[in-house]
Amino acid sequence: MTNLIGQSVKRVEDKRFLTGKGRYVDDMVLPNMTWAHIVRSDVAHAVIKGVDIDAASQALGVVAVFTGADMQADGMNGLPAGWQVDFKNGDTMKEPPHPSLAVGKVRYVGEAVAVIVAETHEQAVDASELVEIDYEELPAVADVVKATQEGAAQLFDDVPNNIAFDWELGDKAAADAGIDAADHVTTIEFRNQRLICNAIEPRAAIGDYDESREHYTLYTTSQNPHVVRLLMCAFVMGIPEHKVRIVSPDVGGGFGSKIPNYAEEIIVTWASKRVGRPVKWTAQRSESFLSDTHGRDHATKAEMGFDKDGKITALRVKTHASMGAYLSTFAPCVPTYLHGTLMQGVYSSPAVHVDVTAVFTSTVPVDALRGAGRPEATYVLERLLDQAAHELGQDPAELRRKNLIPPFDGSDAEPGFETKVALVYDSGNYEGVLDKALEMVDYAALRKQQEEARGEGRYIGIGLSTYIEACGIAPSAVVGALGARAGLYESANVRVQPTGKVTVFVGSHSHGQGHDTTFAQLVGDQLGIPMDDIEIVHGDTDQVPFGMGTYGSRSLAVGGVAITKSVEKIKEKGALIAAHLLEASADDLDYADGQWTVKGTDKSIGFGDVALTAYVPHNYPEGLEPGLEFSSFYDPANFTFPFGAHIAVVEVDTETGVVKLVRYAACDDVGNVVNPMIVDGQVHGGVTHGIGQALLEGAIYDDDGQLTNGSFMDYAMPRADDLPRFETSRTVTPCPHNVLGVKGAGETGTIGSTPAVVNAVIDALWPLGVRHLEMPLTPQRVWQAIQSANGK
Amino acid sequence: MSVPIRVTVNGAPHEHEVEPRLLLVHYLRDVLRLTGTHVGCDTSSCGACTVVLNGRAVKSCTMLAVQADGGELTTIEGLATDGELHPIQAGFKEMHGLQCGFCTPGMIMTAWQLLERNPDPTDDEIRHGLEGNYCRCTGYDNIVKSIRHAADNR
Repeated sequence: MTNLIGQSVKRVEDKRFLTGKGRYVDDMVLPNMTWAHIVRSDVAHAVIKGVDIDAASQALGVVAVFTGADMQADGMNGLPAGWQVDFKNGDTMKEPPHPSLAVGKVRYVGEAVAVIVAETHEQAVDASELVEIDYEELPAVADVVKATQEGAAQLFDDVPNNIAFDWELGDKAAADAGIDAADHVTTIEFRNQRLICNAIEPRAAIGDYDESREHYTLYTTSQNPHVVRLLMCAFVMGIPEHKVRIVSPDVGGGFGSKIPNYAEEIIVTWASKRVGRPVKWTAQRSESFLSDTHGRDHATKAEMGFDKDGKITALRVKTHASMGAYLSTFAPCVPTYLHGTLMQGVYSSPAVHVDVTAVFTSTVPVDALRGAGRPEATYVLERLLDQAAHELGQDPAELRRKNLIPPFDGSDAEPGFETKVALVYDSGNYEGVLDKALEMVDYAALRKQQEEARGEGRYIGIGLSTYIEACGIAPSAVVGALGARAGLYESANVRVQPTGKVTVFVGSHSHGQGHDTTFAQLVGDQLGIPMDDIEIVHGDTDQVPFGMGTYGSRSLAVGGVAITKSVEKIKEKGALIAAHLLEASADDLDYADGQWTVKGTDKSIGFGDVALTAYVPHNYPEGLEPGLEFSSFYDPANFTFPFGAHIAVVEVDTETGVVKLVRYAACDDVGNVVNPMIVDGQVHGGVTHGIGQALLEGAIYDDDGQLTNGSFMDYAMPRADDLPRFETSRTVTPCPHNVLGVKGAGETGTIGSTPAVVNAVIDALWPLGVRHLEMPLTPQRVWQAIQSANGK
Repeated sequence: MSVPIRVTVNGAPHEHEVEPRLLLVHYLRDVLRLTGTHVGCDTSSCGACTVVLNGRAVKSCTMLAVQADGGELTTIEGLATDGELHPIQAGFKEMHGLQCGFCTPGMIMTAWQLLERNPDPTDDEIRHGLEGNYCRCTGYDNIVKSIRHAADNR
């Protein structure tokens, strides 16, 4: 039962999912429940001259129809951004009101305009056809660069050139000088295309107001129910937190799209009070495309200078980042503090400067998408390194090796690495992962095969990516100074029941990550008790003390440490009780395998007996409180910095432009690992998400602001036969600043894989003259690039 | 207007009056309250709603309940017997073939048909057989291994 850490324990949550007993929000039916259907804007930018709800209100089964005016009259505020990033010159970030139901204007296709509440879902949908909205259409702008240009449609009266804020990081003068002094400068200019998270469970929400208690319950598909409660109560609805319970039960994937506080959450909660009955809303997939926050959408130009030995002299990056039509919860932080701060990468570049312009466009708001900012940064760096290697005629692995930050473990002797862009890396061995990844694929042999294949007219490409990311967000004081409007600690309550069974209430939320297993392993290992004796509870603000939720690969590195702190307190108090029962001093006790033993004797007492004594304190230490339960909050000392090296091998059919991913090898270092099976699973999923961006995915808006591929028929995502079997391995460089030595594993795959795949394709086609490809690398694009390169 | 239908689901007979436009998936979820079958899209693309009707895997979001009249259905709730996981379910647990669990019932029902037709599939055949099902969590690798595990342990 001990030594559970490091074991591939099978997941305890699986049985309910495998037998159809998972409980997702859309599975729930409350007594007397009504259904909401949301009427969404079908134009990208318009003045709302009128909303005629008369016919809809009279339709069969309709309970009520509400518009933005109703919510505004009831004092509902707009949805807030969770971060404030001010302009370079100190001016305040532009944060125009973002009402849950549009007031005055609509600014993207899909924006909620009215809500029908009816007896059945079908009746609500039927009635929605009868709502007549009189729009005065205005020009729209969906492109992030065009939106800042002269003559572009202006989304807000007081946001000149649609710029929400601009921001920079690093020493510009040093970066300029480094580029000027370089013997070679590699320049890339590209789009990091807009993606859609597309968790397979569509979002859903049920509002349930209890008038007798003046109390709201919201069931919602959230990655962070406490954050939603905080934002709803404090910013939007103006209701006190003790009158609101938020439950996020089983949630079918998040990938960032279930972080924000959404309009629909406010609408059903508010409407439930208005109609006096529970109100349920579940997104149809076509609605998800138009209302779940999107990700990425950067336009970037980057230059990297090299000296004659191939050492990096400087990096200079300029990015336009789309915010969509309004600022979503994490939106301002994604292209800045999760992107610009990662531009050092794993390289000892002496000068780095990043400049970001955040732009409103007539599109769905942008927020986190697996990796959130870090994949965009890694793409910049890793494309530059591979491109430079080709230009300089060097091997991409060797060019990287020349520039890697040397190993350090974060001890006093080998302190953290201070970057040029505001971070201090905790520990790293970047050459270690590169070597291991090269070994996994037998890199030298692979290069030889590539050469031979070229002789046969076959185009094999090998793409590398050596990444670092910042996880486990993070010290509240730091993020507060950077504009976060909340702390980013985590909390956990560990309750030992009188029989010695343990319930853990934790603020981290599991929506596929396997917390029920990993956290139970952790507690089982620390207390020396069977995992069967431990239950993990999450996703309910009435049960869990507090929590900042799950994103940024923070559950184990922050939540797991909060749990550990509570376990430590339980062991300390338990030792006092055990010492009393054993008539010994607590200092003379050892704790192992669920027992306290007097050192050097066979006198011992079990965890269960101590637990029972804590609740039946007849023979008990004087002055000690009964009970055995502790809550802890853990605010980390730093971010954690997982890293790794990924290698993609592709073969490109130059006749058709089809890219076949032949091999994919990932060597990641996520610090200590609790459950290798689960970590591998996270890597697989993350890598797949990144491959999707490289080869298949991309939201396409036309000039009128219409999303032209808003369905699973049109928006391509990886399917089983698009992918190879994944090869994974690890090195272990523990995090020095948390007791578990863990770093986080949820996003590594996504961050490492996208540039690895694109680099592989360009590597394959370099001899044909192909120098650049925009993602996704569809057959059409690849074929066209080959044709135009041949034409030159 | 309602239409009477009679179906057998997981061995139990049911008779209901349903709207002709009611989709089979909504009949299963909302009328029979068998919520293990999920709805992930509105274009028959994701496969989360896959069930077995008369021995064939079907996407229950692409059929009307009335089309299943007289039929015999198996949903994810009907696969385990006497509390014992079906070999496919056991395979998914053993090989970590699921994360959030939302696509899982559809994946398993699809795998059921796959193994009925081809009891000893290659990895490529499994991948081809899963083309109609999206998973956003696992990258499919462990799903392929799960089905392989089930094939070896049926």
